[in-house]
Amino acid sequence: MTEIASPTVKVSTRPAESRRDIGIKRRYAAERRFRFYGIIAIVIGLFFLAVLLWSVVSKGYTAFLQTTITLPIEFSEKVIDPKNERATDPKQLMSANYPLLVREALVKQLGLDPKERPLVKQATDMVSASARTQLRDIVVADPSVIGKTIPVTLLAEANIDSAFKGQIDLKVDESKRKVKDQQVAWMNQLADAGALKKSFNTGIFTFGASSRPEAAGVGVALIGSLYMMLIVLVLSLPIGVAASIYLEEFAPKNRLTDLIEVNINNLAAVPSIVYGLLGLAVFINFAGLPRSAALIGGLVLTLMTLPTIIIATRAALKAVPPSIRAAALGLGASKMQTIFHHVLPLAMPGILTGTIIGLAHALGETAPLLLIGMVAFVVDYPGSPLEPSTALPVQIYMWANEAERAFVERTSGAIIILLIFLVFMNLGAILLRRRFERRW
Amino acid sequence: MSEAAVEKALDQKMNTVPYKMIGKDVSVYYGEKRALFDVNLNIRENTVTALIGPSGCGKSTFLRTLNRMNDTIENCRVSGKITLDEDDIYDPSIDVVELRARVGMVFQKPNPFPKSIYDNVSYGPRIHGLARTKAELDETVETSLQKAGLWNEVKDRLHEPGTGLSGGQQQRLCIARAVAVSPEVILMDEPCSALDPIATAKVEELIHELRANFTIVIVTHSMQQAARVSQRTAMFHLGNLVEENDTDKMFTNPDDQRTQDYIMGRFG
Amino acid sequence: MSTSLLLLIIVVIGFIAFFAGRARSFAQSGGKLANLHSLPGYHGSYVVIWATLPAVLVLAAWLIASPFYIDSAVRSALPDSVQSQGAATVQLALGQVKSVALGLDRLSAADIAAIENGSANLRETLAAKGVALAGEGEHYMVAAAQQFNSMRLYSRWLMSAVVLIVSVAGGFYAIRNIAIRFRARNQVERVILASLIVASSIAILTTIGIIGSMLSEAGRFFSMVSPTEFFFGTVWDPRFAAAGNEGASGQFGLLPLLGGTIYIAFVAMLFAVPIGLFAAIYMAEYASPRLRSTAKPLLEVLAGIPTIVYGFFALVTVGPFLRDISTQLNGLITGNYQNFIQAQSVVTAGIVMGIMLIPFVSSLSDDIITQVPRALRDGSLGLGATRSETVKKVILPAALPGIVGALLLTASRAVGETMIVVLAAGVAARMQLNPFEPMTTVTVKIVHQLTGDLEFTSPQTLVAFALGITLFVITLCLNIYALYIVRKYREQYE
Repeated sequence: MTEIASPTVKVSTRPAESRRDIGIKRRYAAERRFRFYGIIAIVIGLFFLAVLLWSVVSKGYTAFLQTTITLPIEFSEKVIDPKNERATDPKQLMSANYPLLVREALVKQLGLDPKERPLVKQATDMVSASARTQLRDIVVADPSVIGKTIPVTLLAEANIDSAFKGQIDLKVDESKRKVKDQQVAWMNQLADAGALKKSFNTGIFTFGASSRPEAAGVGVALIGSLYMMLIVLVLSLPIGVAASIYLEEFAPKNRLTDLIEVNINNLAAVPSIVYGLLGLAVFINFAGLPRSAALIGGLVLTLMTLPTIIIATRAALKAVPPSIRAAALGLGASKMQTIFHHVLPLAMPGILTGTIIGLAHALGETAPLLLIGMVAFVVDYPGSPLEPSTALPVQIYMWANEAERAFVERTSGAIIILLIFLVFMNLGAILLRRRFERRW
Repeated sequence: MSEAAVEKALDQKMNTVPYKMIGKDVSVYYGEKRALFDVNLNIRENTVTALIGPSGCGKSTFLRTLNRMNDTIENCRVSGKITLDEDDIYDPSIDVVELRARVGMVFQKPNPFPKSIYDNVSYGPRIHGLARTKAELDETVETSLQKAGLWNEVKDRLHEPGTGLSGGQQQRLCIARAVAVSPEVILMDEPCSALDPIATAKVEELIHELRANFTIVIVTHSMQQAARVSQRTAMFHLGNLVEENDTDKMFTNPDDQRTQDYIMGRFG
Repeated sequence: MSTSLLLLIIVVIGFIAFFAGRARSFAQSGGKLANLHSLPGYHGSYVVIWATLPAVLVLAAWLIASPFYIDSAVRSALPDSVQSQGAATVQLALGQVKSVALGLDRLSAADIAAIENGSANLRETLAAKGVALAGEGEHYMVAAAQQFNSMRLYSRWLMSAVVLIVSVAGGFYAIRNIAIRFRARNQVERVILASLIVASSIAILTTIGIIGSMLSEAGRFFSMVSPTEFFFGTVWDPRFAAAGNEGASGQFGLLPLLGGTIYIAFVAMLFAVPIGLFAAIYMAEYASPRLRSTAKPLLEVLAGIPTIVYGFFALVTVGPFLRDISTQLNGLITGNYQNFIQAQSVVTAGIVMGIMLIPFVSSLSDDIITQVPRALRDGSLGLGATRSETVKKVILPAALPGIVGALLLTASRAVGETMIVVLAAGVAARMQLNPFEPMTTVTVKIVHQLTGDLEFTSPQTLVAFALGITLFVITLCLNIYALYIVRKYREQYE
C-alpha cells in the first residue's frame, strides 16, 4: 500500500460535459464593462476635484501679488495744515486733503500740467483711494513728517493692478475697458522707472472689508474665525467628551438613552442653516446677545459640531477593548477611575482626530453665520468676541457677490487661504491617526 | 462513466482509481509567510478524500488552492502545479470562472444568499446559462435539492428566504446550490463544524451518496467524521503533508508516527 | 464688586479649599494613607466642590433673576399716567429709564437738580454727556432711574455677600465632614457623573431648542398668515421686509420653493448616485489596496471642501461654462447663437451639488458594501460567478437596504444644502419644469428673508421660521427613516 503515485495509475480524462458552454466570452465582456464603469466613476470624481481646485487656484494665485506705486510724497504744510491749527485742533490732521498730496506727487513724477484736469484725474485714478487713510495714518502717528518729502509705497487701483498682471485684454477697444491707453502708458513709464512694481500682497492677510478690491483683505475675518474656533474648541471638546463618556460607559440601555442616541445621529444630519435659525431665535432674540458677534457664531457652531465630536468620541471609546476595563476594575479602581485613567487616554487620538475634523467643518461653515448677522461690513479688528465681526467663509460669500472682476481674484485668493487652513487641519488629523493608531 | 463502472471502481483497490486532480510541489505564501510546503497530493475520481490535521496545518489552504479561491485573498501566492484532468489550473489559459464551475465549493459556515431557496439553487445555473427554459431550471432546482436530500423538506416553500432554514438545512441548501452547477469536484471546508450532531449525520449521509457522481474533497476537524465518510485520508501538519493513505489503513495502522499521535489525540 | 472679580475670588477660595481639605485628610490619616478610604486628593476635590459649586449656582441664579425683579419693581413705581397706557408704553418708558440710569452716573449733582426743577432738558443734558435717549424723556424718569441704579447697586452688594458666604460656609461644612472612613471619592464621582449627564442632555436641549424656538416663531407667523395659504399657496411674493412696514401683506406660498428644492436635489442625486455608487463598488470590490488608499481619500477631499467654495465654483466656472456651451450648441444646431441654459439654473446648482454629494454616496455605500459578509462573496465566487455577477446578483441585493438608507441620508443633505443654491440656483420663485431655468429653494429664501435689518414682528421675517421648521421636519423624517434602515442593516450582519 505504499505506491502512492505509482505509474500504473491513470489520470482521469476530461469528461465531455465539462466542455459545456457557460458563456465565458459574453460574461467577461460584461465584467470588463462593469469594471470600466467603476473606473470611469472614480475618474469623473477626481476630474471634478481637479477642475474645482484648478479653477480656484488659477483665478486666485495672483491675489497674493499686489501692484504698488512708490511715490515721493511731499507732506507739505500748506496742504495738510494751512492755518497751523494742529496743536489746538487734532481734528485738523484727520480731515486734511491727503489725496492732494498724491496728486501733486504724481503730477511731478509724470511731468503733467496740473491745469489739464481730465488728464490729472486719469493719473490720480491709478492710485487706490485707500491712499488717503494710509497717508493720514502716517501723519497722525508722527506729525513731524510735515514739511518733509518721504517715498511712500501706495496701492495701485484694482484695474491698474489687473492690467499690470496682464489680466486685461488691451486689444479691446479703449472705450470698452476700464483702463485707458494713457494710463497704460503711464503704468509702463512708472514700471520702467521702478516706481511701479508687483510685490507680495501682505494686505490680503491684514486688511478688513473694503469696497475697493485692492484694499480688501481677510485679516478681520480671520480674527473672527479664530475667535469662533477657540469658542468651539473650548466648549465642544469637554462637553462632547463628557456626553460621550456618559452615553457610552454609564447610561443604562433604555428608551431615554435610545432617544438620545437617535437624537444625536439626527442632529449630525440636520441642515446647518437650521442651527442658524436656532441661534437667531435663542441667542439673539431671546437671550438678547449682540448680533454679528463672534460669541454667537461660536455658540451656534459649537452646537453644530457637538454631534460630530460625540459620534467620533463614542467610536473611539468603543474601540478600547473591554479587557483594559476589566484589568483596571480588577485592581480595585472605581469605574470613574478606570475611565479617566485608562480608557480615555487610549481613546484620545481618536477623539482629537474627530475634534479636528469637526473644527475643520465648522471653519468652512457659512449658512448659519449669515442668519446671525455676521454678513457685516467690518473694517476694524474685533477686540473681543462680543464685538461685530465676520468670518472667513462669510467674507468669501460677500466677495463672491461683488461684481468687480478684481473681487473674483480676491475671492479665489481667500478660498485658497481657507483651503490651506483646512489642509493643515486635516493633515494634522491624519498624522495624529497614523502616529497613535493602535490595533488590538 | 457508467453506474456499473463506478461500482466496479469502488470495489477495486483504491490505488487503481484514476486521479482527478494532481497537486505537485504545491506551496502557498501569504505575503512573507509560507503556509504550505511543497505538498504532493493527488485526488482520486469519485472518491471522498478527507484532509485532516491540527488547526493551522494548511489543510484549508490546500483545499482553497484546488479551485483558486485563494485568488480572492490579498497577496496570496501559489507555486507548484495543480491539474484537473490534464489541465493545469494555474495556467493563464485556464479561466477561473470556468474552473470554479467545474470545481464547486461548500464553506464552513452555511452561507445562503439572502434570497429565496429557489433563487439560491438556481443562481449557479442562471449565471452559467445552464438552463435554457424555465422548466429546465425548475427541474435542475428540483434534482439538486433531491440530491442534497432537502427536497421533501422545502418543496412547499421554495420561495421563502433561504436564511429562514435551520443550520443543517442551510448547509444542505449550500450543497444543493453547489450541485446545481454540476461540477466535477466538490470541495467542502469543514461543512459540519457549525452543525449539531443530527444535522451532521444527515450531511455525512449526503456526502456518501454524492460520491457516486462527484469527486469530493473534505476538510474536517473530526477523526470520526473522516473515518466515516472518506475512502482516502491525507494528514497535514505545520504546512506539510505528513501522510496520505487509504482511510482504513490510516486509522488502524498509519505509516507515520505523527499521524498516529494525532489520531490518538496526543496533539491537536 | 463685578461678576468676574467675584468669580476670581471663588476660584481663589476653591484653591485654598483644595489644600485645606487635603491637609486635613492627611492629618486625620496620621501619616498612613492606607487608613483613608479615599486618597487625599479626593478629599481636597470634595471640599472644592462644596466651596465653589453652590456659590456659582447661587451667582448664576441671582444674575438671571435679579434683572426681572428690579424691572418689575421699577415698572410698578412708574406714574399711573404711564401705567394706564398699556404694556407697550410701559416697556418703552422702562427702556428710557434704563438709558437715563446709564447716563446718570455721568451727571453732576447740579445737573440732576437742574433737570428735576425743570430748568434743563433731560435729553439735551444727557446728549452732551454722550448718552443718546430715544424720545424726549420725562421728569419722573430721573427718580425712577435713581431708584433703578440704587437697586442695582444694592443687589450687587447683596449678591456678592451671599455668594461669598455660601462659598465659605460650603467649604467649612465639607472640611468638617472629612474623616478617615469618609467616602470622598464616591461623593466626587457622583458630582462628576452628574456633570456628565448634564453634558449629554445638551444634545436633547439642542433639539428642544430647535423645535421650540422654531415652533414659537412660526406660530407667530401663522397667526398672521393662515397655514393653508402657506403650505398650499403657489405664489411666493413676500413683498417688503422693511421695518415699520407691517401692514404690507405679501403672498407666502411654499410650493414654488419646495418644488425648486426637490427638483434641484433630484438633479443632484441623478448626478451623484451613479458616480458615487460605481466608485464605491469599484473601491470595495476591485481596487488594489494601493489604488484604494490613494483614490478614496482624494474623493473624500471633495467632502471636506466647504460648500461656499462649491457655490463660488458654480457661480464663476460651471454656470458660465454651461451658458456658453449652450450658446455654441444652439448656434451649431439652429444657427441662432442664443443660450438656452441660464448661468443660474437648476442644472448648474444640481450638478455642483451632485459633485459635492459624490463622496457622501461613495463613502457611505462603501461602508455598507464592505459590511456584506465575506462568506456571501465566497459562496458566489465558489460557484463560478464572475466578480460583477457577484456584485450585481448577491452583494447589491444584500446591501440594498443599507444603500437605500445611505441615499436617503444623502438626499437629506441635498435638501438642506444652502450655500450652493444661494449662489447658483437663482432667486426667482417659480413653478416650472425646465431644468435650464433658475428656480429657488427653501434654504435660499430663509437666507434672503433674514439678511438685512430684522423686525421680529413682520411676517416677512417670521416666514423664515415657518420655512425652517418645514425644512427641519423634512430632513428629520428622511434622517430618522434612513438611520433606522441602516441600523437594522448593521444588526443583520453583526
